[in-house]
Amino acid sequence: MSTTRYTKDHEYIRVEGDTGTVGITDYAQSQLGDVVFVELPAIGKVLAKGAEAAVVESVKAASEIYAPVAGEVVAINDVLGEEPGKVNEDATGDGWFLRIKISDPAELDTLMDEAAYQDFLKTL
Amino acid sequence: MRYLPLTAEDRTEMLARVGVSSIDALFDDIPAAQRLIDLPDLPLHKGEFEVDRWLSRLAGKNIAASSAPFFVGAGAYKHHVPASVDHLIQRSEFMTSYTPYQPEIAQGTLQYVFEFQTQVAALTGMEVANASMYDGSTATGEAVLMAQRLTKRGKAVLSGGLHPHYAQVVTSQAALTGHEVVSLPPDIAAKEDIAAAIDAQTACLVVQTPDVFGNLRDLEPLAETCRKQGVLLIAVFTEAVSLGLVKAPGEMGADIVVGEGQSIGNPLTFGGPYVGLFATRTKYLRQMPGRLCGETVDADGRRGFVLTLSTREQHIRRDKATSNICTNSGLCCLAFTIHLTLLGEMGLRRLAALNHANAVDLADRLAAVPGIEVLNETFFNEFTIRVPGRAADHVERLAAQGILAGVPVSRLLPGQGLDDLLLVANTEVNSDEDRAALAEALTKSIA
Amino acid sequence: MRECASAPFENECGVGVVRSRNGAIDNHPLHKRLPENFIILQDGAEAMLDQPKLDQTKIEIDTSNIEGTIAPADHTTFTGNRALAIEEGLIFELGRPEVSGVDLPDPKPVANRLGTLERKAPIGLPGLSEPEVLRHYVRLSQKNYAIDTGIFPLGSCTMKHNPRLNERMARLPGFGDIHPLQPQSTVQGALELMREISHWLLTLTGMQAVALSPRAGAHGEACGMMAIKQALIARGETEQRTVVLVPDSAHGTNPATATLVGFTVRSVPARADGIVDVDAVRQALGPDVAAIMLTNPNTCGLFEKNIVEVAEAMHEAGAYFYCDGANFNAIVGRARPGDLGVDAMHINLHKTFSTPHGGGGPGAGPVVLSSRLAPYAPLPLLVEDGSGLKLVEDPAEAPGTFGRLGAFHGQMGMFVRALTYMLSHGADGLHQASEDAVLNANYIRVGLADLMSLPFGNRPCMHEALFDDGWLKNTGVTVLDFAKAMIDEGYHPMTVYFPLVVHGAMLIEPTESESKATLDLFIAALRDLAMAARRGDKERFLGAPHFAPRRRLDETRAARSPVLKWTKPAPVEG
Repeated sequence: MSTTRYTKDHEYIRVEGDTGTVGITDYAQSQLGDVVFVELPAIGKVLAKGAEAAVVESVKAASEIYAPVAGEVVAINDVLGEEPGKVNEDATGDGWFLRIKISDPAELDTLMDEAAYQDFLKTL
Repeated sequence: MRYLPLTAEDRTEMLARVGVSSIDALFDDIPAAQRLIDLPDLPLHKGEFEVDRWLSRLAGKNIAASSAPFFVGAGAYKHHVPASVDHLIQRSEFMTSYTPYQPEIAQGTLQYVFEFQTQVAALTGMEVANASMYDGSTATGEAVLMAQRLTKRGKAVLSGGLHPHYAQVVTSQAALTGHEVVSLPPDIAAKEDIAAAIDAQTACLVVQTPDVFGNLRDLEPLAETCRKQGVLLIAVFTEAVSLGLVKAPGEMGADIVVGEGQSIGNPLTFGGPYVGLFATRTKYLRQMPGRLCGETVDADGRRGFVLTLSTREQHIRRDKATSNICTNSGLCCLAFTIHLTLLGEMGLRRLAALNHANAVDLADRLAAVPGIEVLNETFFNEFTIRVPGRAADHVERLAAQGILAGVPVSRLLPGQGLDDLLLVANTEVNSDEDRAALAEALTKSIA
Repeated sequence: MRECASAPFENECGVGVVRSRNGAIDNHPLHKRLPENFIILQDGAEAMLDQPKLDQTKIEIDTSNIEGTIAPADHTTFTGNRALAIEEGLIFELGRPEVSGVDLPDPKPVANRLGTLERKAPIGLPGLSEPEVLRHYVRLSQKNYAIDTGIFPLGSCTMKHNPRLNERMARLPGFGDIHPLQPQSTVQGALELMREISHWLLTLTGMQAVALSPRAGAHGEACGMMAIKQALIARGETEQRTVVLVPDSAHGTNPATATLVGFTVRSVPARADGIVDVDAVRQALGPDVAAIMLTNPNTCGLFEKNIVEVAEAMHEAGAYFYCDGANFNAIVGRARPGDLGVDAMHINLHKTFSTPHGGGGPGAGPVVLSSRLAPYAPLPLLVEDGSGLKLVEDPAEAPGTFGRLGAFHGQMGMFVRALTYMLSHGADGLHQASEDAVLNANYIRVGLADLMSLPFGNRPCMHEALFDDGWLKNTGVTVLDFAKAMIDEGYHPMTVYFPLVVHGAMLIEPTESESKATLDLFIAALRDLAMAARRGDKERFLGAPHFAPRRRLDETRAARSPVLKWTKPAPVEG
């Protein structure tokens, strides 16, 4: 059973147990356009909440991806190195960026749930 | 004024259309107290022949390289540039175009840049090259910054054979950014133990070959040491023609190769504009500074070229860019690639062999002059000699006789007790008569 | 029946007429793509309709409307060429290793002095004979747009006419064929030229000193910021003053430069009217601020009218004022940065003083300095002593200097060209050039203001007119599409999507080099495009450009799998 939370910067974190899978939302990928490169952190890196976790690049833009909550990077999606287009094709599935071991589950409460995120998108 | 198409009537009509009574109204935002009325300290406009006369008078006060036996090098070299090179770079469509931001109408520029990148990669023995930097010295500064980003270490170790101006570029930049630079003492005989200067904080070693004293350096043992310690080896050259005869830095294991491309296609022009070459390994591509041109296809599937990987650059990445560089050396890069295309593999090898053979001939002639010592065991087209007395004095004396003898080491390294050393360069343009004249004049000057 | 434009072949009887408004359709690939039962009417060829066997449905459409629906790039010729539009291979595909376009004498037979370092393996360079080289590069050149072929209205880039006298002067042997390290006694004329251009730059800017060595604008920025850093070191405040204020509208080089020199960037917002907010500057100021980097006239094409207050605020706070001089061309002879309180400013000789842009360089970016920063100028310094002019190259003789920006003395070839331009124009011509540049930009502004939206209202601009994409909303046409459609009309697009602070920015800088007739046609063409966009003629835009040497290029593919050099294709088996 998983729950997904969202940030105002359009990152999602899908929580399963004490780990969370982080990526960008479908809205974010559509705004970016064709993703051409993703720079991922080293496994083992400890990220504070809001720290720069990855960089996603389209042809004309580069955007930082921030850690939705604090934690240690336990896995990265190596496939994106060869196939960055996965972010466009399946942002919330195969296009995930990294997994972190969540330090403080209470931080998840500061994020939006699905309904709140959908409402947030309507304001943009 | 011949460059301004608007007539007085045009201006009146246009001002009326804009809806202002006078041109001054368009400059209203300039604070009244700081508005300028005229420029009294400057002359009025001049016709072509007046300007020509004025500038030709100044030009006439200088001794041009082609008008004298000429042996000056130390980072800029007098070579013959084929007539077609200068003709082609003055084509309007090359000279008066902009950075190829609209690739559909800039394929000419983009294709030659793609060809240039391929040539530079081949010449340096590296996997990837960029669209050029300002010159060899600034490319060296950028290479050090790139190594610091890649290794996340701060310290740069500079060989004592690195051109002193290049070393100063790196130290000036580091002094302000807080990075440490270890600059080894001048190394005339290429005997320094540069590997001993490496420690755990070292990002890169910067080694020039041929070095500023003309010595060829074998980078292979250094590359091995660097690899073991996670240090990047930056190889520098200031004479691109040498790559036609001397083992490429890439073949010897360099991680980044930078250098001055002036000697292929570009005139001396008192030091600039020149063209910086920059090449590295594919795995370091994302941290490379400068523009890159890549191949792709257009909407009809035809091959075409675009600027690519732009997200490294300042106009997108702003304060997180790999460099603040914007302009490259466009026309100088074009001159380089045209000249190298004219030469081709066979021509470059022959040109390099000719340079080397002439320099060996000169070294033999000078070594025969009593009192002169040729210091190099190896060299390409430039070497260092020791002369009795101050080299700068001999150079001045010979200049007065119309012979430009070389660069006194003291000009590059003042106050280091190297006053008796002279760098002498010899390219394909020097004749037997030139070499004989230099040997004879030096013999007399020494006596 | 304009509505047929998107589906010209789907009328019921399957027979139609395409009317070519300009008679140019025969040359257009569209001609080949029409079904057999279509006929093409040239201007004045109405009579053809009388032919009884053709019961046409008459479709009246501009060729320009049709083009969007049909890919016009069919390779219908054997060679793939289309008359003067010639496909050209890479030198690596054309050359042979045994060919050379240069004849050289045999080297003397000598024992080599290369030690063990002779290069033996093939380098991999193709060779071409001279005629092949000429043809290759001339063909490439024909695929480029250039100032000499048409108006090049790139905002912020100042694509003005490049006089050919400049080129001739730079090639005088006394300038082009002298070595930077030959004895200074043999290059006194070159040093005089450096003194002369310094005099012009200082007089035009009202500043105290000039560093000639920066290679380009961004290099000049680095020079100015390094001088500021050195001044802070001299004041012992380098630890304390770590922040540089940069307005959101700045060129990307500004924040990149500040970071390069070890500062951190603090953004300053602009006011609703496009100029920097002095109150916001004051609020951002503190004991940690080293400098502000401000472009004036700014990247929105507006003069920062509160610039003196900004300068005073900076100086009161103990900070410096770096002015990005990219747009100095608008105010030459009208205002001097020295009078406005500027401490350092680079001057792009390739913008303001007409040295060629050359497809991306070389440039030159001398930096003028106030008396507060002059002591820290980089080497070499130009001084005059009893024996004449002299370049100071030894750091020991210049105790204040922050060091060296590059080898040798700077872009001498560009100094000659820029000085030639200055001498040609004189004080009167420079003054007039600024005025004409500003007048031309305003003329374009009023010519388009009713069709295209202006982010800061229809008020006078300086040398460039800035539009946004508000007027394109709901048209289905983007700024990029609009730019690409301009290419089909024979124009290089304006600067698009810059400055970043304006959504869908379109920045037009005509320069003083354009005649009224050129501007009138340019305005008319843009108006026609704008009306087409507004009425929903998307096809004219979405597939554009159709007539360029290449259609839109796949930048995603280029970036995802970079191919940055030619590699020999693997041999085909069998």
